Amino acid sequence: MSKMMSSSVIDQTSSLSISSQNILSNGTIVDFSVGSMPANYGYDESFSKEDDEEDSNEESSQFKPRILIMGLRKSGKTSIKNVVFHKMEPNETLLLDPTTKTNLEDISCCSFITFQVYDCSGQIDLFNDPTCDYIALLKGCGSLIFVIDAQDEDQYTDAISCLTQTIFKGYNINRGIKFEVFIHKVDGFPDEKKMDIYNEIQQRANEMLIQQDATESLIQKIYLNYHLTSIYDHSIFEAFSKVVHKLIPQHRQLERLLDFLCNSCGLERAFLFDVASKIFIASDCISPLDTQLYELCCDKIDLVLDISNIYAPKDVEGISADDSSYTCVKLNNELYLYMKQVDKFLAFVCVIRDEIFVENRGIMDYNLTLFKDSIKDILSAQKTVSQDQSVNNQNNTNSSEPDTSNMANSILGNF
Amino acid sequence: MRKKVLLMGKSGSGKTSMRSIIFANYIARDTKRLGATIDVEQSYVRFLGNLVLNLWDCGGQEAFMEHYFTAQRDNIFRNVEVLIYVFDVESREFEKDIHYYQSCLESITQQSPHAKIFVLIHKMDLIREDQREAIFKAKEEELKNYSRPLDCHCFQSSIWDETLYKAWSQIVHKLILNAPQLEKNLHDFAEAIEADEILLFEKTTFLVVSHCLKKEHSDLQRFEKISNIIKQFKLSCSKCDTSFQSVEIKNGNYTIIIDLFTPNTYIMVIISDPRITPALTNYNIKYAQKHFENLETSQEQRT
Repeated sequence: MSKMMSSSVIDQTSSLSISSQNILSNGTIVDFSVGSMPANYGYDESFSKEDDEEDSNEESSQFKPRILIMGLRKSGKTSIKNVVFHKMEPNETLLLDPTTKTNLEDISCCSFITFQVYDCSGQIDLFNDPTCDYIALLKGCGSLIFVIDAQDEDQYTDAISCLTQTIFKGYNINRGIKFEVFIHKVDGFPDEKKMDIYNEIQQRANEMLIQQDATESLIQKIYLNYHLTSIYDHSIFEAFSKVVHKLIPQHRQLERLLDFLCNSCGLERAFLFDVASKIFIASDCISPLDTQLYELCCDKIDLVLDISNIYAPKDVEGISADDSSYTCVKLNNELYLYMKQVDKFLAFVCVIRDEIFVENRGIMDYNLTLFKDSIKDILSAQKTVSQDQSVNNQNNTNSSEPDTSNMANSILGNF
Repeated sequence: MRKKVLLMGKSGSGKTSMRSIIFANYIARDTKRLGATIDVEQSYVRFLGNLVLNLWDCGGQEAFMEHYFTAQRDNIFRNVEVLIYVFDVESREFEKDIHYYQSCLESITQQSPHAKIFVLIHKMDLIREDQREAIFKAKEEELKNYSRPLDCHCFQSSIWDETLYKAWSQIVHKLILNAPQLEKNLHDFAEAIEADEILLFEKTTFLVVSHCLKKEHSDLQRFEKISNIIKQFKLSCSKCDTSFQSVEIKNGNYTIIIDLFTPNTYIMVIISDPRITPALTNYNIKYAQKHFENLETSQEQRT
């Protein structure tokens, strides 16, 4: 599995400055047959024993890509994690204490993917800290998000040098890591200034990477992407969505499903949302992502969730997913926002024109039940695949994958 | 029908911020940009069609305050329907605040003895959650004592949560002329369509102007929460250059419909009987619209 993965990584010609827009229109970089992270370095069970935080062993048969959030202190890492995954209000993040210890969290809200988010403390230098096993951390990492505080101009140089150091170390340990840079706290700036900062940071990072790179080909090989984000608007959700897309192997399949649905039902736009975090798992590819529509859909989900919380009977959590439930918001520009729950965590939200909605409602509902079934099939297929893999792994505890040889052997030897 | 509403309080207590959020579609964050109010800012807000609130936002800096009680006294305190006095809960000069408050009360007693008095203990978000109730009760006691013989209603509020809507809903409710009649009509409507609960919101501010309850609900703060939720959604829609007309939420436990009702109100109907389809409820709402519209216009004609 890892051999396949490493070969496809080297084949990718991912240039340094792919903007996030390009990613979506180019189609995905990751092929379906290859996960963004090898399914099993043998770390799911054994690593969690090393790391005594809340990892759950029973779920080790599932795919668990890891996302590391790193950056200098006070750059906004814990705030991002709390706003995206714990529904914290942005203004409450001002009251958060600085993170002293690296936190691991299992985000199991989404059906497709249980990923672990590592919120690294900015105060500890991860690579020099003896208590922190950064090699193991990075080996299992699918995406590394580096957060740079855009408002703190004096720290740009420090941040960028930390970023380059992280990239080098990361790439050496795990060739498959996708590096995402969040240029954060841009809410205060006008649009032109945002683009200026974006270009400046990108340029300086490139320069430093090329400077320090002995082989001079690193830049072609690593996957590095920049995003402008802020917790005060939807940009952080959008950026996080894009990061998560690359970690979901079935992403392309889901996009195709949504495309079919859009074409057959005449939808303007369709999204598959993770309800708890408002990250969209997939959207149709018919037109480039319209941020406004995405924001509207996010707000609509908020509206529905909040009202449901007030009126739901005590024992019922969240929104019910049966076939007859739906939510519909009519806007005054002849658009409807229609939402149906696909399962406990996922919601399908679409934007559709007035006339089409009224005419084709029945057909659309029927197509949506088929859509729900397809998603369930994809989910169960994934479970069978990862279960098979874990069974294989347990049988071959002594087989060592090339990159992980020493580490894997020494840990597995404890059984 | 014009009603004069005085908004007074120390400088920086939050009067203009509150007014901007409720009446001018500001979000809480935007209020940081507001500067000190100079002298009195008057604004006219149309409410429920027939009511016009003449809002006097009086700048709270000392120089202005002194002026209000002397040279401008007649002008400011005459014909007042409602006095809203705002206290900043974190203020360190409570004695001074009380002094100004009492001067206001004096002037009111002389010029507009029938005015209703509301006191808002504002910026409660700065107090830790477990201490809020206690601190509010203590302040309420004190203020009721200071206000004697006049009667005052106290509310806690903060622009960062729904308590702001609760306070202002109550204030505005007292100004609506035909409140009892509206409630009775809503009650009849609820009976007819077998709804659990019906809420009537004013269109621009989304303050609850009337409600009717058939089935008890445990969450007593739900009115202001809903006002807040819908207002936030309305603001997000306006950021995208659109606005919402109606919301329909249906699942196995309840059906909720929020729809444009009369030219000045939105209605929210909650039905928990699964046999009643949303289409039926929508039809009923459209049918009842005419009746309530007539109520409104007859109210307007009367005034």
